[in-house]
Amino acid sequence: MEAIMGWLRGAYTIWLRDILRYQRDRARLIASLGQPLIFLVLFGGGFSAAISGLGQGQVNYSQFLFPGILAMTVLFTGVFSAVSVVWDREFGFLKEVMVAPVERTAVAAGKVAGGSSIALLQGVIILVLAPLLGIQLGWFQIIQIIGILLLLALMMTSLGLLIAARQRSMEGFHMMMNFVLLPMFFLSGAFFPLRGIPVWMEVLASIDPVTYGVDPLRQVVLRGAMTSPALEQVALRPIAVNVALMAGLSLLFLIPGVWLFSRQD
Amino acid sequence: MTNVIEVQELSRNYGKTEAVRGVSFSVGEGEIFGFLGPNGAGKTTTIHMLCTLLRPTGGQALVAGHNIVDEQEAVRRSIGMVFQEPSLDEQLTGRENLRFHAMLYNMDRPTYERRSQRLLELVELAERSDDLVKVYSGGMKRRLEVARGLLHQPRVLFLDEPTLGLDPQTRRHIWDYLRELRDREKVTIFMTTHYMDEAENCDRVAIMDHGQIVALDSPSELKALVGGDLVTVWTSDNEAALEKLASAEVDARFGPGQELILEVSKGDVFIPRMMQLLVNGSQPIEVQSVSLRRPTLEDVFIKLTGRTIREDEASATERMGMRMRRTRGH
Repeated sequence: MEAIMGWLRGAYTIWLRDILRYQRDRARLIASLGQPLIFLVLFGGGFSAAISGLGQGQVNYSQFLFPGILAMTVLFTGVFSAVSVVWDREFGFLKEVMVAPVERTAVAAGKVAGGSSIALLQGVIILVLAPLLGIQLGWFQIIQIIGILLLLALMMTSLGLLIAARQRSMEGFHMMMNFVLLPMFFLSGAFFPLRGIPVWMEVLASIDPVTYGVDPLRQVVLRGAMTSPALEQVALRPIAVNVALMAGLSLLFLIPGVWLFSRQD
Repeated sequence: MTNVIEVQELSRNYGKTEAVRGVSFSVGEGEIFGFLGPNGAGKTTTIHMLCTLLRPTGGQALVAGHNIVDEQEAVRRSIGMVFQEPSLDEQLTGRENLRFHAMLYNMDRPTYERRSQRLLELVELAERSDDLVKVYSGGMKRRLEVARGLLHQPRVLFLDEPTLGLDPQTRRHIWDYLRELRDREKVTIFMTTHYMDEAENCDRVAIMDHGQIVALDSPSELKALVGGDLVTVWTSDNEAALEKLASAEVDARFGPGQELILEVSKGDVFIPRMMQLLVNGSQPIEVQSVSLRRPTLEDVFIKLTGRTIREDEASATERMGMRMRRTRGH
């Protein structure tokens, strides 16, 4: 019992620190919301005229894009906060945590919890923009969206931890950003429907974890704006399947990530 | 006196590189113990093994009576650590950094309040404790780290190069704090340094080179290894001078810069005699400069290893630069 309490206390401390930093760092908050907003306004506005007939013409491009932007916010915030452990462990507060009497697994869990919470918060802030795009959301939809965002945040933060766990410098980070994260995002169906695309792309998209987040988000967000047959045309899998896939992948990233992070050098 | 740290044949390899090659020593309760040596000598590796960050590849060690491999949690509870690299959260205030530390060590609130106030006053940061750490100077950050390391009343405080990159005045201040803290807190202090003058502050010093301890004693005993006085001589022909002195049974050797170094018991009496010896004879040697001084730990290091610490430092940085270029090339 004492051991469990100690473990939870350790994880809570790491989580609390992330939240406190997030709350304090207004510049980071604004900067990290800037990118999704730019995409939403420029891409959404720019392509709306060129692309029509999405979901039998029942939604415009901005509305189609919106769930993808929600996913994007959560994806990048989650991965970045997990990857920050690399720097934090060499030159930051995490260095001192590593010699404190706290289980390393609790530290890793606290870090994933902190990153996921912040990613979720950022996603919720973007969600507030929905009415401006003419998207009406009911309470049940909002609860479902938050649930999906949380799972997506957990999955991506766990992936970030897995990437960062044994890394000692940020040198490989740009490589990873360009060759892993951006393709993952572009292939996720955030920008275009994953229908009628080349086969190789379809294969890659079907194993892209972000796809499992974008797809259910779009189904829930656009439920009110589209008729069921039209919605089925842009949907890929049932929501429950997407949720199960995200839960499974979260564990698949989280467990080895925590294990690698906890190993003593 | 009981020992707080006991180390036997501790070693650590990185692949084929032997960073620490079987070091043994013990540190008594309340002692200020120093590891002195050039960069890359294995000081940081040793300290990281003792504070459970690195797993040893050989030997064993007890810290506060706990095994560093099997009882890591207990070891961590009994030590405080000040790292070479900064380890504060700059987005938080000084006091918040201490509060998070207290949470990690599960301190109860009254104890935390009392200890943090007292330590902040001791390192003269009480008035700045609600400022964000990012506005602190380098010296203030170090002082805060020292206070934080002592917050949970550890039995041993480890400091890895605590004054690296600080100006001489700040370095002296840090030492004043450390001595006062040792006396008031009854804590054992284990530190590494490559500053010779700093090592003089320690009760005992272990000189480390290439992963091994080459000497271990109090600074005054270590300096006694060198002998009484050190006379450094430059002549028109140092080689010939060395021969001439040797034939007169005076013990002389070349220093790292090809100067002549003589260890003598009474330098002031010796110098006139030496001058005469060199100038006389069939081939007189011209003496260009003579200096006389008391030995320092730097001289002990030179005597034991044949190099100055500075030379090694340069080559260590060069090696590091090469490593960095190599990794970037990939």
